[in-house]
Amino acid sequence: MPTATYAGHDVSVNDEGFLTDPDQWTEEMASQIARSEGIAELTPRHWQVVRFMRAQYQAKGTGPTVRVLGKTSGVTVKELYQLFPKGPAKTAAKIAGIPKPRGCI
Amino acid sequence: VLEADIDSMKRIVILGGGTGGTLLANRLRRPYRTEAAEIVVVDRDDAHVYQPGLLFVPFGLAEARRLTRPRWRQLHSGITYCQAAIDHVDVENDRVYLGNGNTLDYDVLVVATGAQLLPEDTDGLTGPGWQRDVFTFYTPEGAEALRRALDRFTGGRLAVGIVDMPIKCPVAPLEFCFLADDYFRRRGVRDRVDLTYVTPLDGAFTKPVASRQLGGLLAAKGIELVTEFSTGTVQAAGEPGGGGRLVSFDDREVPFDLAVVVPLHGGADYVGRSPGLGDELGFVPVDSHTLQAKVKPNVFALGDATDIPASKAGSVAHFEGEVLAGNVRRFLAGGPLAASFDGHTNCFIETGGGRALLIDFNYDTEPLTGHYPGRLGLPLLRPSRLNHLGKLAFQPLYWHALLPGRDIPGISPAMPVRGKRRPAAPAGHG
Repeated sequence: MPTATYAGHDVSVNDEGFLTDPDQWTEEMASQIARSEGIAELTPRHWQVVRFMRAQYQAKGTGPTVRVLGKTSGVTVKELYQLFPKGPAKTAAKIAGIPKPRGCI
Repeated sequence: VLEADIDSMKRIVILGGGTGGTLLANRLRRPYRTEAAEIVVVDRDDAHVYQPGLLFVPFGLAEARRLTRPRWRQLHSGITYCQAAIDHVDVENDRVYLGNGNTLDYDVLVVATGAQLLPEDTDGLTGPGWQRDVFTFYTPEGAEALRRALDRFTGGRLAVGIVDMPIKCPVAPLEFCFLADDYFRRRGVRDRVDLTYVTPLDGAFTKPVASRQLGGLLAAKGIELVTEFSTGTVQAAGEPGGGGRLVSFDDREVPFDLAVVVPLHGGADYVGRSPGLGDELGFVPVDSHTLQAKVKPNVFALGDATDIPASKAGSVAHFEGEVLAGNVRRFLAGGPLAASFDGHTNCFIETGGGRALLIDFNYDTEPLTGHYPGRLGLPLLRPSRLNHLGKLAFQPLYWHALLPGRDIPGISPAMPVRGKRRPAAPAGHG
């Protein structure tokens, strides 16, 4: 299992860089993961999404998809793509330290 | 009939008379005496469409009206068919409110109203280009209109796109591409058509082995693959700003002269009006192995209406139906439910030229190569004439064996492992 070092802590990640144990995540790690995803600074709007992702993961065991985020997070799909240009659900999940949202089949 | 019998008579209400609702009702009718259980199926219309057939309509290989039969005729005698819109379900009080003002109380409720198309939820999709140069083949009317448009199409850019998942029959848009390639070849105009497949996924399909195989088929047929494209806007041809194009939320564009779009899907509207019953998209959260709804023990769901991580496909509804018929009986008898649905899915994928491939998978096993249901069966993940014949043979089986609730030899709810080739290294979960 590969590891990564964020905010001075070693965490285990999968091949795509998602934390495998969401409990290892701390808020300090978020901005460093964001920078590696090309997001220079996490604004309050970014944080709204990241916190929402974690809450949803804790409640449901999987992060929401972009479509569900657009309906429930208080941030529209258009703005989600402005905040996380490389794919909101995937990028926000990585920054939030939760597994990649389970895609539909 | 003794009074005691009447008191103990149970009412099972099944909302939706499609694949799942019909075969479940028929499977439940047999084991109960009529005085032991009343079975009521509710649907807003009387048109049962063999949906797998819609794929062939745009190419003149099937006619929409021949795919449709009356819903009530598919139900065994002793089942009450109630044609009415559903206003909402009062889950707390075990009561369904119908659009005509009547109510139906139930002991067990089964939600089988499937998924609906939501084309108006995508910016521009139902604008001036809708049914002119932008089509869907997911409805009988859409498939017929697209047939006429393809007849007129003699060259240009044809884009086939999925707005977002989940959709019914996730392989159908791929099959459409393969059949379109074949269709244009037969007409001798293939070299004048640019075919593009546009998907929100990061490959041709969700699961690695199948994604490689299907991606290879697209490439071999000269069909361009555009991935991770989340369609935000559909701009029709002839509108200000130039020709038709699909525009993604991250501002990429796929130009088209003719677009075939699979719209967003959601659960039935009444699910959203029924407190606690559905999720954000109107699908019913259920236990993925027992199919019991999370909202209340006497509520179940099957088929496209659920939120389970399996394909929205007729084969899934079929396999779920066998498991759920047992679980409804167990529930009414006060026994524990069987957690036996394994996510089994089985799809023929038309690849053009009178051939098809077959995929067979479940929650834990991705589609693999090999043979189904055993080593001497149909080839998996490989185009073959036999699979195409299998797909055609399935239509009469659907009406005469699957819907009546008969067991079909060789096709059982549990996914067969025999005959499948495992990859050398663990592939991980898609």
